[in-house]
Amino acid sequence: MEQPNLSYIHSMSGGDKDFEERLLDIIKHEFSKEKDVYFSHIESNDYVLCANHVHKLKHKIGILGLEKSYEIAVCYENNLLKGSTTEQDKFEVILKTMTNYLENL
Amino acid sequence: MNCIIIDDEATARVIIRHLCSSIDDLEVIEEFSNAIEAIKYLNHNTVDLIFLDIHMPDFTGFDFIDTLKNPPKIILTTSDANFAIQAFEYDCIIDYLLKPIKFDRFHKAIYKVETKAESKVSSATFKKEGHSSDNELYVNINRRLIKIDLSSIYLIEAKGDYIQIKTDDQNFMVHSTLKKIEDKLPTSTFLKVHRSFIINANKIIDIQDNSVLIKKDVVPVSRSKRSELMQRLNLL
Repeated sequence: MEQPNLSYIHSMSGGDKDFEERLLDIIKHEFSKEKDVYFSHIESNDYVLCANHVHKLKHKIGILGLEKSYEIAVCYENNLLKGSTTEQDKFEVILKTMTNYLENL
Repeated sequence: MNCIIIDDEATARVIIRHLCSSIDDLEVIEEFSNAIEAIKYLNHNTVDLIFLDIHMPDFTGFDFIDTLKNPPKIILTTSDANFAIQAFEYDCIIDYLLKPIKFDRFHKAIYKVETKAESKVSSATFKKEGHSSDNELYVNINRRLIKIDLSSIYLIEAKGDYIQIKTDDQNFMVHSTLKKIEDKLPTSTFLKVHRSFIINANKIIDIQDNSVLIKKDVVPVSRSKRSELMQRLNLL
């Protein structure tokens, strides 16, 4: 399975460590909130709201360089909008991988 | 050039602001996490450019654009490639950036904004000089771009936030301003005779005092425009 990385953030920062730190703080904070909201909507089977949060999480998946995972998230978002949870397991593994990565930065 | 950022995601706002800081003459003057706050701001302020997220709760980026009378240049930012076709329906949308936004792609979008501003000026000059070969105009009605043959237009009337375009065959209500359409019309044919009316001078039937008869419509002519109108006529 592909692993998160900071290539995108480094390419953006141009070596500006303050910016990298600030951006990562915001990502960690927002990711945690979006993930919680996603799981609460999954529990209540509200797939459209779930799709909205997958959409937001998708951006962070891209920022952490997870290209294949990004495609899975695109697919999962579309499935949710059609009322299907296909790809849910794969998507939630991605969330777990990201959580571990961000917690250990 | 100044700009604002509208995005409900703080991460996106931080990234766009950082990208803007890499452009010498681009200043971020405000950022908003929702479109409603941005609309309130734009009611009292003008900006050159908006970075606009399409996918926001309650109010999408397209809903936001539809509320603006004279939208500035807009760069859409989104994680969804599916809206690209819809984006082409709006003149004000200069580019469409997929998140996460890459540095080079961002700079290309800004270059497009700058060159679009230049080409708009030269295009306006070209038309004012009467050399335009454009014979048609596309108008956005219910998200459809409808082609109107310019020679078929005989009258355009301002109606609140809309303009009514009357042609030989049918009438169109378009969300726009008289000023905006005036800039698109050849000055050799069209003349603004009143703050609420533009007429096609080739379609005049008769002129009486301070009014013009065009087809069955009697159109008022303001005092300040009367002499300009009379100069256009081939008087015996």
